[in-house]
Amino acid sequence: MQKVNRLKPFFENLVFEREDNNMIINFGPQHPSSHGQLRLILELDGELVTRAIPDVGYLHRGMEKMAENMIYNEFLPTTDRMDYIASTSNNYGFALAVEKLIGLEVPRRAQIIRMMLLELSRLTSHLFWIATHALDVGAMTVFLYAFREREYAMDLFEEYCGARLTHSAVRIGGVPLDLPQKWLIHLMKFINDMPEAIETYEGLLDQNRIWKMRLEEVGVITPEMAQSWGCSGPMLRGSGIAWDIRKEEPYELYDEVEFDVPVSDRCDSYGRYKIHMQEMRESLKILKQLIPMYKETSPELMAHAPKYISAPKEQIMTQNYSLMQHFVLVTQGMRPPVGEVYVATESPKGELGFYINSQGDPYPYRLKLRAPSFWHTSILQELLPGQYLADVVTIIGNANIVFGEIDR
Amino acid sequence: MRKYIDKKNTQKKAYYNDRFYKAPQIPKEEVDSDEVFAKDVESLRSKFNIKETYIQRGQLVVYIEPKDIVKVITFLRDELAYNFLSELSAIDWLAKSGEFEIFYQMLSTSKRKRMRVKYFIKEKQEIQSVMGIYKSADWAEREMYDMFGVKITGHHYMKRILMPDDWHDHPLRKTYPLHGDEEAQWYEIDKIFGKEYRDIIGPEERDSAKIVEKDTHNFARIKHEVPFGAEYSEEPVDTDYQEEDGILIVRKLSKKDVKILKERP
Repeated sequence: MQKVNRLKPFFENLVFEREDNNMIINFGPQHPSSHGQLRLILELDGELVTRAIPDVGYLHRGMEKMAENMIYNEFLPTTDRMDYIASTSNNYGFALAVEKLIGLEVPRRAQIIRMMLLELSRLTSHLFWIATHALDVGAMTVFLYAFREREYAMDLFEEYCGARLTHSAVRIGGVPLDLPQKWLIHLMKFINDMPEAIETYEGLLDQNRIWKMRLEEVGVITPEMAQSWGCSGPMLRGSGIAWDIRKEEPYELYDEVEFDVPVSDRCDSYGRYKIHMQEMRESLKILKQLIPMYKETSPELMAHAPKYISAPKEQIMTQNYSLMQHFVLVTQGMRPPVGEVYVATESPKGELGFYINSQGDPYPYRLKLRAPSFWHTSILQELLPGQYLADVVTIIGNANIVFGEIDR
Repeated sequence: MRKYIDKKNTQKKAYYNDRFYKAPQIPKEEVDSDEVFAKDVESLRSKFNIKETYIQRGQLVVYIEPKDIVKVITFLRDELAYNFLSELSAIDWLAKSGEFEIFYQMLSTSKRKRMRVKYFIKEKQEIQSVMGIYKSADWAEREMYDMFGVKITGHHYMKRILMPDDWHDHPLRKTYPLHGDEEAQWYEIDKIFGKEYRDIIGPEERDSAKIVEKDTHNFARIKHEVPFGAEYSEEPVDTDYQEEDGILIVRKLSKKDVKILKERP
């Protein structure tokens, strides 16, 4: 039934100079080291890339359209599927944007739990990054070690909310659950064990000749380039620009905890690798400080705002008015005030922004997701030309891109 | 008569609205309330025609003329130190006023401030690309064209980015149905098999929640289990879940042989 010739790959309307000996190859969309459905159209002169055209959209699910057809609480689990490596950071970005829109104050305990989850998801993301990046470059051992530690972090997530990958553990207005018994003890054990693990990775990679040869001077992003292409997160800090939203525009309690922002002037892949490693240590530092802070808080978990947030479950079950409010909020959804916000948070990959335009309806009129990976993929068209084909894999892996986020 | 459906906005609407409910407004603060923003707006006003400015939730919003956009963005980058263009997109107001609202979200790392530059354009009006100033606008503008059909001049590679090149219509417009239009239903069939196969295969079901009662090929059966591809009948069918030859070790299990215990032994 299928006509074979119709399935031939074709280069849509792309004009390439064909007089020379250049070769055009299709990298992806199904390629193990393209970290998702990335199709790169590369023009090669020998092994040197002379032109690169990234082609995305293979995972496009139309999340922005979906958001316009959903009530705010309904959309929250969808954000899990953006950066599925660190889904709590997406949940949180969205929840914070809606909270900013309606002007909510979140209880202190919820803030601390959120920060714990955020830092844990930063750790899982960075561990996943170092594992797959090392695997791409050829270091199999690191992959196995890093996945072991990632498993422990995921166990903590599982213990807290039951899910390992798509958590939805942050709600608009707070968090739904308090920490389970002994969770802090398990967290403490994780915090104590991690530094040694990070040292193991560094011991395997830092002075490794192959690792250094493949990362040093590869994928150089100058500060001007980083600014012009809208880089953020480790990609920006790897170019010597110290900009961490947690530090510069603190949200939650990031102004109360002490941590450093690692910056590197090297501008290359190796510098960014060092930043990721250092950031994991800083996350552990933050987690450590949060444990005593948690113990001093009162037990409220959700903000008190009957117009927007349902009352606690006990109250719903015992008080008629709370039950009515809950019914209205579940069936119709909350109606935030008319206006717009843009809220940026520091996700493990960079600046994750949510722009919400509300017209006072239960559905957002426009929701724009600003995902860092999208902007980090667009830089590939300037970054790849001049590099060797083997380095393409290093650069893609180093950019820490996730396709759920790019195509949305 | 068939029920009339408004084609200007096919998106979901609240099924219940209180007649007397008036949505509150997020307060718009005066620009003078923030020193840095006041200075910025003053220097912008001296050069360009600024329509409206206010601060909302700590971020400056500036409405400008569409023709000034390249100059304004250059001015913001070079003179006012807004060194990042962090986001750029459009909002569809076609049903209300026949306009698109374009916004540019800017960030200044030295001042630690964020601002939004905005303007309105008519549906078919072309806008100038800011790719020459911020390269990050490259893909953002392509996405805006892809999703809204906003025409952009001066862009080096104006192609769709997320949707296929030959896709019909622009998905984020309010007139575009959530499950895709008729073209979308036939897109894959036309592309893979050819138009002549339309009758044989039929349109793609794009509503993932749709339940087809008589379909015994997919997971959409309701009421009872039916063997794959069997004729549909109202009567329930007894299905054995084990394959014909059975599995090693496990005895062939059929429903007739099963003994149901009344209570726990």
